Amino acid sequence: MLTRLYALASPPRFYRLADLWSRWLLWCGIALLLPGLWFSLLDSPPDYQQGESVRIMYVHVPAAWLSMFGYVCMATMAGIGLIFRSKAASAVAHSCAPAGAAFTFLALVTGSLWGKPMWGTWWIWDARLTSELVLLFLYFGYLGLKAAIEDREAAARATAVLALVGVVNIPIIHYSVEWWNTLHQGPTVTKLDKPSIHLSMLLPLLLMSFSYMALFGAMVLRRARGEILLRERNSGWVRELAMGEKA
Amino acid sequence: MSQFFAMGGYALYVWSAYALAFVVVVWQLVAPWRCERRILRRIARAQQRRGRDESGTP
Repeated sequence: MLTRLYALASPPRFYRLADLWSRWLLWCGIALLLPGLWFSLLDSPPDYQQGESVRIMYVHVPAAWLSMFGYVCMATMAGIGLIFRSKAASAVAHSCAPAGAAFTFLALVTGSLWGKPMWGTWWIWDARLTSELVLLFLYFGYLGLKAAIEDREAAARATAVLALVGVVNIPIIHYSVEWWNTLHQGPTVTKLDKPSIHLSMLLPLLLMSFSYMALFGAMVLRRARGEILLRERNSGWVRELAMGEKA
Repeated sequence: MSQFFAMGGYALYVWSAYALAFVVVVWQLVAPWRCERRILRRIARAQQRRGRDESGTP
């Protein structure tokens, strides 16, 4: 098992496999997105209180889930990179940051677009919204720190520590709607008893979530290939590859 | 059909949310491809420069 993991972490091998997986995940994501959009826009009921505006949920909630999922992925891979000094792991951690930041941004703005007609405000400084904004700044901090440190090894270590410390924000985001009074509604799907959402709305929500997740994987693996190339730019296989590309 | 686009009066909010989601997802899918290409080209150029330096011809 361990030797197989080590072989997987070898940069040229990971570079090749990331291409394959990224394509595969892209097609999975599209295959889930099409029925997801069908159900979320056409074949799901309007909410009895929110009317058609409830359809924003199907792009907003998956984005918010992915913003946290992406962070946990990033911190996990950064931790593995830190402990095992794996280049592939820290390349994947670095690649999670831009995609995760994009989903966090999407969650914040679609939430705002939903909040205006439903709550009557684009933004309030409540616990859920503020902790999600802190998540966006954690991603920005990670990317800034990575860009600021010239030495790649040192940058990987510093950003890994930042990512691991920032994990405390994830449970805060999740429980913020239970710990503090807020305009934001409580969880309806991710709780221990049965989800309090009707199947007709749960189905598009899950389709969109799995689609986002597959697309996130495709984004991360594609970007990880670039990160691997940067780290391995002086090794023979990358030189050959680059010359082949040029010709 | 026009009822569908009207979204019960919430058209502006619903369609902007979906449009933004589309733009962000496509951008995040396309950007890494371009980034990888750019890095490969940069490595190839650096290599050619190094090749010229070593052979001593300007």
